Amino acid sequence: MSTVTATQELEGRGRLRDRLGDRLLYLLTFLASLAAVGLIVLIAWEIVRSAHLALSKFGVSFLWGTTWDVNKATFGAAPALYGTAVTCTIAMIIAAPLGIAIALFLSELAPQGVRVIVGSLVETLAAVPSVVLGLWGILVLGPLVADHGVHWMDRWLGFIPFFNAATGENGASSLFVAGLILAIMVVPIVASICRELFLSVPPELEEAALALGATRWEMVRGVILSSSKPGIAAALILGLGRALGEAIAVAQVIGAGYFIHWSLFGVGDTLASRIVSQYQGATTNLQVASLFYLAAILLVIGLVTNLIAQVIVRRFHVQGAR
Amino acid sequence: MAALEPALSLQGDARVRRRKIANRVAEAIATIAALAAVAVLAAVVFAVAKRGASELSWTFLTSDLPVPFAPGGGIAPLIVGSAILVGIATAISLPIGVCIAIFLEEYASPWLRSPIQLAVDLMTGLPSVIIAVFIFSLLVYGHAQNGLAGSLGLAIVMLPLITRSTQEVLRLVPSAQREGAFALGASRWRTVVGIILPSAAGGILTGTVLAIARAAGETAPLLFVTGIFGRFIVWDPLHAMPNMPVQIFIWSESPDPEDHRRAWATALVLLVFVLVASLVARIALLSSRRKLGR
Repeated sequence: MSTVTATQELEGRGRLRDRLGDRLLYLLTFLASLAAVGLIVLIAWEIVRSAHLALSKFGVSFLWGTTWDVNKATFGAAPALYGTAVTCTIAMIIAAPLGIAIALFLSELAPQGVRVIVGSLVETLAAVPSVVLGLWGILVLGPLVADHGVHWMDRWLGFIPFFNAATGENGASSLFVAGLILAIMVVPIVASICRELFLSVPPELEEAALALGATRWEMVRGVILSSSKPGIAAALILGLGRALGEAIAVAQVIGAGYFIHWSLFGVGDTLASRIVSQYQGATTNLQVASLFYLAAILLVIGLVTNLIAQVIVRRFHVQGAR
Repeated sequence: MAALEPALSLQGDARVRRRKIANRVAEAIATIAALAAVAVLAAVVFAVAKRGASELSWTFLTSDLPVPFAPGGGIAPLIVGSAILVGIATAISLPIGVCIAIFLEEYASPWLRSPIQLAVDLMTGLPSVIIAVFIFSLLVYGHAQNGLAGSLGLAIVMLPLITRSTQEVLRLVPSAQREGAFALGASRWRTVVGIILPSAAGGILTGTVLAIARAAGETAPLLFVTGIFGRFIVWDPLHAMPNMPVQIFIWSESPDPEDHRRAWATALVLLVFVLVASLVARIALLSSRRKLGR
């Protein structure tokens, strides 16, 4: 009898420890998860709190204010919003077709060996630190565009106001170069998400289209692209989110000029790059608060774009975008 | 009925030829796009390697930072500082990230899961400059710059990456292992700690290396909080620490061509570290996926 009670006792102790361990691990992991949610809230709260001075002074009119003048204590976000819109548009116009085309090459065209090598090279492009890309942009790409690209585009596309270089603009530090650098950052994101998408299209559908006599391109257009529309949209929005928020590389190549003008070959600034280029020179509390106001705008735009992408991903069960 | 006549030529008419040409054009465009991406990567790596290698030497790697407007100097403080900053960031983000992943994959009920997963996904998309101003406002504004604040910023960058990659490995652990442990009467925490984590350890490690590679190149979270530093090695993270990304940024904006050469050489060191780390991690990831049966 005594042995039985001993084992029972042992078992009881073991079960108690198990229950304690379970509770503990649950609590620990739950607290960590709670911290993640809390962090997002804390970030938003802290940035709005720091922007309070500018928020109460300028209100919504900050969005269309065009001056950034410390002496007059007037600050506005319009040039930064304009620069962000222009650079991201350039980036997406280049990166969207390029990224999708690369994904098609990797998922449909390339033989296995090439697929692995090119696929990992494209992902390596995403791993290049933005400050290194910016260094390349300011010292190699910028001068290259200034020496060869601007003249050519001004001559042949100059009738469009965007490509009409004003006198004195050589384009080395410009909205255009910033757009190119952002495109380089967005391409790998779009390409790798789209590749996963295209690979997840059921092969029966592809084979059915081919069996009906469709060429490979017709099959891609009719089956792959049309069945992956929501996923492609999510991929593009995630890429756009990256372009919107990139600060360092843009600050290096955009030239930090705070005004609105047509020409793409002039200097400019984006929301993110303005924060980077102004933080050290910020002297008054109002100026610091205005920089936080810019950050708050960026945070709202960034959260909204990401939220849209995540809603699409969840709604359509997109593969590979999570 | 004439169309069914086998005598009719099966050689394409103009329309078929047009379709074939369209197909060829599309294939060519896709191939050129892929080549273009590879070419850009090659151009960047080549430029950094060519311009950086000429400046790189043992003395450059082991000397203190240059005196302003003087030749010479090195980047030893930057390497030490970057290593410490990223090391602390890893020590913070790895345990928390793994805990979140365990909660999401092993414990969470569906209605708890979705908001937490959303928070992790949103954190992945958070611009690093936002993290930078957040840390600046919370910890540094009105105080002195310090390395610990920079590490915290990097940890926020790394956290969702580690969580996500850990989640993916946890999902790959065969459910037979989990169920086998339960069937033997093991409690959940013993199963997680004794069975699931050990078989996922390799995958978690590679995910962490990828996150480290990403954090090592992050500039914005360091710029505001540990961006003004002296010429010498700093071991104490309570002071502003020199680091590679911020110094590359500062040198790239300098008008002095000597500084540009230093920027290229530092960029080469950083790039080699980042590319080797991510390459090794990717290869390990592929082989571990194969082992876990995918």
